[in-house]
Amino acid sequence: MKTWIEKQKALIDFTLASLARRKIKNLGLLLVYTLIVFLLASVMLFTHALSKEAGKVLENSPEVIVQRLVAGRHDLIPPDYLERIGRIRGVQKIEGRLWGYYYDGVLKANYTFMVPQPDALMAVESGKIAIGATMARMRGLVPGNTISFRSYSGKLFSFEVSSVLPNKSELVSADLVLLSEADFRAFFDYPPDHYTDIVLSVANPLEVRNIATKLSTLLPDSRPILREEVLRTYESIFNWREGIVLVLLSGAILAFAIFAWEKASGLSAEEKREIGILKAIGWETGDVIKMKFWEGALVSLAAFLLGYIAAYLHVFRFSSLLFEPVLKGWAVLYPRFELTPEVDGFQVATLFLFTVFPYAVATIVPIWRAAITDPDAVMRG
Amino acid sequence: MIEVSEVRKAFNQGRHNEYWALKGISLAIEAKKVTALCGPSGSGKTTLLTIIGCLARPTSGRVRLKERDISGLPERFLTGIRRSTFGFVFQQFNLIKGLSALDNVMLPAYPLGGDWRALRARAGSLLNSLGLGHRLEARVEWLSGGEQQRVAIARALVNDPEVLIADEPTANLDTALSKEFLAILETLAGQGKTVLLTSHDSLVIESSVVNRVIEMRDGQIVGVR
Repeated sequence: MKTWIEKQKALIDFTLASLARRKIKNLGLLLVYTLIVFLLASVMLFTHALSKEAGKVLENSPEVIVQRLVAGRHDLIPPDYLERIGRIRGVQKIEGRLWGYYYDGVLKANYTFMVPQPDALMAVESGKIAIGATMARMRGLVPGNTISFRSYSGKLFSFEVSSVLPNKSELVSADLVLLSEADFRAFFDYPPDHYTDIVLSVANPLEVRNIATKLSTLLPDSRPILREEVLRTYESIFNWREGIVLVLLSGAILAFAIFAWEKASGLSAEEKREIGILKAIGWETGDVIKMKFWEGALVSLAAFLLGYIAAYLHVFRFSSLLFEPVLKGWAVLYPRFELTPEVDGFQVATLFLFTVFPYAVATIVPIWRAAITDPDAVMRG
Repeated sequence: MIEVSEVRKAFNQGRHNEYWALKGISLAIEAKKVTALCGPSGSGKTTLLTIIGCLARPTSGRVRLKERDISGLPERFLTGIRRSTFGFVFQQFNLIKGLSALDNVMLPAYPLGGDWRALRARAGSLLNSLGLGHRLEARVEWLSGGEQQRVAIARALVNDPEVLIADEPTANLDTALSKEFLAILETLAGQGKTVLLTSHDSLVIESSVVNRVIEMRDGQIVGVR
């Protein structure tokens, strides 16, 4: 075992010395290789972290949301619906929600006006509003300021900003305006006892689908939306965006593949001569192959590590400067948020397999062909 | 020590350009002696050297090393014998450019997996003994022809082989450097190394260091001195 380790050490030592001889060529390769790993890993880390983030946000969202439809469009929930749903067995809690959109001509952006749930920590008094951090930034508002909105009926309403919502919720609260129920109903001329939608809590999570079926039977004009469906939709959106970026990157990846294959497989006359010398002075075919294997492994491992670390920093320290617009989506009120570092072992393994493995193979195949030639060729110079 | 009997070697056998480089060579090489193969270009000297040094196999005939027939062994075994028994000094020196003199000398020992520090010390002392102690870290392409040859000799000796094989060792050297080489050869012979070399340089062939000269022509032995 000790001999084997010493032998590998010696081979690695020679490989490093050998790589250092063609510094510019090998550094160029390492740079391009690292860049490719960096791009791929950035996309993977970013989309993964983003979908995890969305998942975490939605963890606290209601298990079932019920919307009423009229002619296939979302409509208000009439007063008796709450009571009718409440009779379904397995429904633990039922609440009507009030929310709507308001277009602000100043920012040319839509805000989401919403009444906080009665049990939410964020209660808002009448005449006051709590606003999202992005909106506060864009409109230059701080607690204590007053802001006026002209409602859809033409009346002007003034609100005092009581608080700005915490930064950590910015991903979901960028455009949020929280106000009291009375103010909401007055501002939007909302009919009394009507709600935008209904949220349900279910006692047994395994019963969620059954309850959704019962809801559809009981209220044929309603649409139950399950949390798991929302999660799945988010997942598909991020996967789709990841796919788009990867397609865009595929050109670069292909170019690299050709470059790497050319570099790895094309043996120069000098390299062939060196293999001949090594064999003549007592190296076995296997030794030459091992040495070349180490060359491929060292280059690709270094590129993988450098690229992955750079991608990690890019995504989690520098907010994915390069891909942000494509992967996050577009918005007037763009939230500022830091993703929680999240590394998925399976993704790392996949990336490793698709970058390191092909390169290592590409280095070995031609060497094997060169290494099995007779060593006496070197004698004839 | 080495016995060659009825060795024949063909290149491109069975093709229109078939060529017999050796046509039935038989000879015995004594241990701890310096033997020179001489003859004009194309006489088969180098081919015979590659067969004896386990770099190639004969088309027919036998090669025995210390009574053991090695002519039919597979490559893996031949490499092992080559590594432990023979050290080679090539006509073009065949050093690996870009590496230091020390790295080049250490190369043949890498596959053996011995202690790296000990190997480095051994390589250093070999270069020292050949007067290259001040050039250990110099890249081989920066060295003069004579220095390159001494690095090649140190490399041939690093695994402490019993037999040193040198192919036209003075072909690229001037008279002064050739004499220096012969002095090194004398030291090695004094240390009990068996030396087998090819040359058509009269300086080498007529040197007192060489114990035996085998003359070759057209793939055959035509005289022994």
